[in-house]
Amino acid sequence: MSNTTGGTKIKKTTGEVIFDIVVYAFAALFCIYCLYPFAIILGSSFETETNFANYGFPIIPRDFTTQAYKMVLGDSQIFKAYGVTIFTTVVGTLISMALTITMAYPLSLKKLKYRNVITFYVYFTMLFGGGLVPSYLLITRTLGMKDSIWVLIIPVAFGAWNMFLMRNFFAGIPVELSESAYMDGANDLQILIKIILPVSVPGIATISLFYALGYWNQWFNAMLYLDSADLFPLQYLLMRMLRNVEAMREMARTTGVAMGSIPTNSLRMATTVVAIGPVVFLYPFAQKYFTSGLTVGAIKG
Amino acid sequence: MEKTTVRSVKPINTKQKTGIRGVGQELWKNRLLYAMTLPTIIWVAIFCYVPMYGVLITFKDFSYKKGIWGSEWCGLKNFEFLFNYKGVGQIFWNTIYLNLLFIITGTVFSIVLALMFVEIKNKIYNKTVQTIAIFPHFVSWTVVAMFLSGIIGGSGTLTQWISQNFGSDPAFYSNASWWPLILVLLKIWQGAGYGTIVYVAAITGFDQSMYEAAKMDGATRLQTITRITLPMLKTTVIMLTIMSIGKIFAGDFGMIYALVGDNSQLYATTDVIDTFVYRALRQLNNMGMRTATSLFQSIVGLVMVVATNALAKKVEPESAIF
Repeated sequence: MSNTTGGTKIKKTTGEVIFDIVVYAFAALFCIYCLYPFAIILGSSFETETNFANYGFPIIPRDFTTQAYKMVLGDSQIFKAYGVTIFTTVVGTLISMALTITMAYPLSLKKLKYRNVITFYVYFTMLFGGGLVPSYLLITRTLGMKDSIWVLIIPVAFGAWNMFLMRNFFAGIPVELSESAYMDGANDLQILIKIILPVSVPGIATISLFYALGYWNQWFNAMLYLDSADLFPLQYLLMRMLRNVEAMREMARTTGVAMGSIPTNSLRMATTVVAIGPVVFLYPFAQKYFTSGLTVGAIKG
Repeated sequence: MEKTTVRSVKPINTKQKTGIRGVGQELWKNRLLYAMTLPTIIWVAIFCYVPMYGVLITFKDFSYKKGIWGSEWCGLKNFEFLFNYKGVGQIFWNTIYLNLLFIITGTVFSIVLALMFVEIKNKIYNKTVQTIAIFPHFVSWTVVAMFLSGIIGGSGTLTQWISQNFGSDPAFYSNASWWPLILVLLKIWQGAGYGTIVYVAAITGFDQSMYEAAKMDGATRLQTITRITLPMLKTTVIMLTIMSIGKIFAGDFGMIYALVGDNSQLYATTDVIDTFVYRALRQLNNMGMRTATSLFQSIVGLVMVVATNALAKKVEPESAIF
C-alpha cells in the first residue's frame, strides 16, 4: 500500500501537477469569495464615516477610527439586545435539546411498539402546516404571548428535522450497550442518562449547535410578536438599524450622540461584528463534532 | 394482528394481546419511554396541529374581532379571490423559478467543491478550506443584508466602482432584473460549502479498492473522477435533488424578506408566496385570501413531497422517507 502511494508521488506527471494547481486555486478562490463579505464588514466598522460616500465600504479603512465601537459599547440598547440573545440562545437550546432527546431516544428503540405512530405524528407536521396566519392568531390571541420574551423560545423550541437526525444518531448506537444495563435492573431513563448520552456527544453537540444558531440568528419572531424595544434580540436590532431611520434616532437617544453625527454606516458594521463575533469563535470547536454528527444522521436518513 | 392471536393458543403468551388491553399493556410496559415523549407530543399538538385548524379561515369571511370560529362561512370565495388576484401568477412563478435556480446552482457548486475537497491531500489546507467554505451557512440573513448594502447599496463598493468606470449607476436596489442573479450568488455563498458535507461523506465512503485498481491501470485523477466518482455519486445527487424539488413551492422567507424587505420596486422578481402571505399580517387585510394561498401552497407541497418520495422509492428503495 505505502509502496504504491509512495510510487505515484514521485512519478507525478505534468497533468497531475496542473490538476493539483487548478484544484488548490479554485478552492482558494471560493474561500476568498466566502471571506470577502466578512472583510468588508470588519474593515468598514473601523472606517471614518465621511469616507463612505466617496470610496465605498473598504476592506482596509483609509482613516482608522474606533468611534463606532465606542458607541456600540456605550449603547444600553445593544447591551440589552445582547442579553436577550444570550438568554434565548442558552435557555432555548436547553429546552430544545430536552424536547428533542426525550422524543428521539424512544423513537430510536425497536422495542417500542407504537413508535411508527408517533413518528408519523411528528413527520406529518413536516409535510403540512397551517401557515403563518393561523400560527400568528394562535400565539397572539389564544396563547397571549405577544410581547413576551418566551415568544422567542417556546414557538420555535422543537424542530422535527433535528429530532430525526438525533433519532438516527441514537439508532446507530449498538444495542449491546444498553442490554447489559437492563440485566442489572436499570430503567429506560437511567440508561438514557448514564449510558446513551455519554456516547452521543458528537450527535448532541451537532444538534445543539443547530438549535443554538437558530436562536442566535432569530429575528423573524421578534419582528412579528415584539413591540417593546427592551426585548429585541441582536439580529432584529441589526435589521432595524439597516431598514429604518427611526432605529438610528433611538440609538442617538440612548447613546446621547446628536443624530447628525452618528456614524451610521460604521456603526451598522460594528454592531454586525459584535453579532457574529461569538459564532466565529465557537464555530471551529463545534465543527469538529458536527461533520461526524451530521454525516451519521444524513447517511442513515 | 388478529391472526396471531388466533394462532397463539397458549394462554401464557400475553405479549400478543390486541385491542384496548393490548394497547394498555404496551403503554404500561414502556411507560417511562412513552412518558418521555409526552412533552414533545403536546408541543407538536399545540404549535403544529392547532394551526391546522386555523386553515378554516380559508373558507371564512374572516374578521379579527369575531375570531376564527365566529366569522361567517364564505365557501370557496377566498380561492376565487386568490386566483383572480392580479400578479398572483407572477408570485407563484417567482417561487418556483428562484427555487429551481437555487437547486441547480447549489447542487453543481456543492459537487464541484466536494470533488475538490477530497482531492486536496494537504491536511492543513484541506481542513482550512472546508472550515471557511462551510462557515457562511451559520451567518444569519440579516448579516448578509448588512454586507450586501455595503457592496451594492447606494454608496456600496461595487456600485461606486461601476458608476466610476462605466459612468452609469446600476441602482441595484431599484432594478428588479438584477435580483435573481444576486440571490443565486448569495445562496451559493451561504449554502454551497455546507452542501459539500453530505457529498464528501459519500465520496470518502466509496470502496477504495476501485480507485487503487484504476490507478494501477494508469488512470489519471480526472479520469477517476469522471469514470468512478461521478457515476457512483449519481444516486446521492438524485436523492437530494428529489428531496429539494419536494420543497420547491416553499419560498425562503428568511432570506428574501431580510434582503428585499418592503422594497416594492423589487417585487417583480423577488416576491414569493411566503413574503406575499406575510404582508397580510402586516396590513391585517385579506387574511382569508392569504391563508388560502398558504393552504394552496401546503397542499401542493404535500403532493410534491409524496410524489417525489414515490419517485425516490423507484430510484433507490432504501432512501425513501416513508
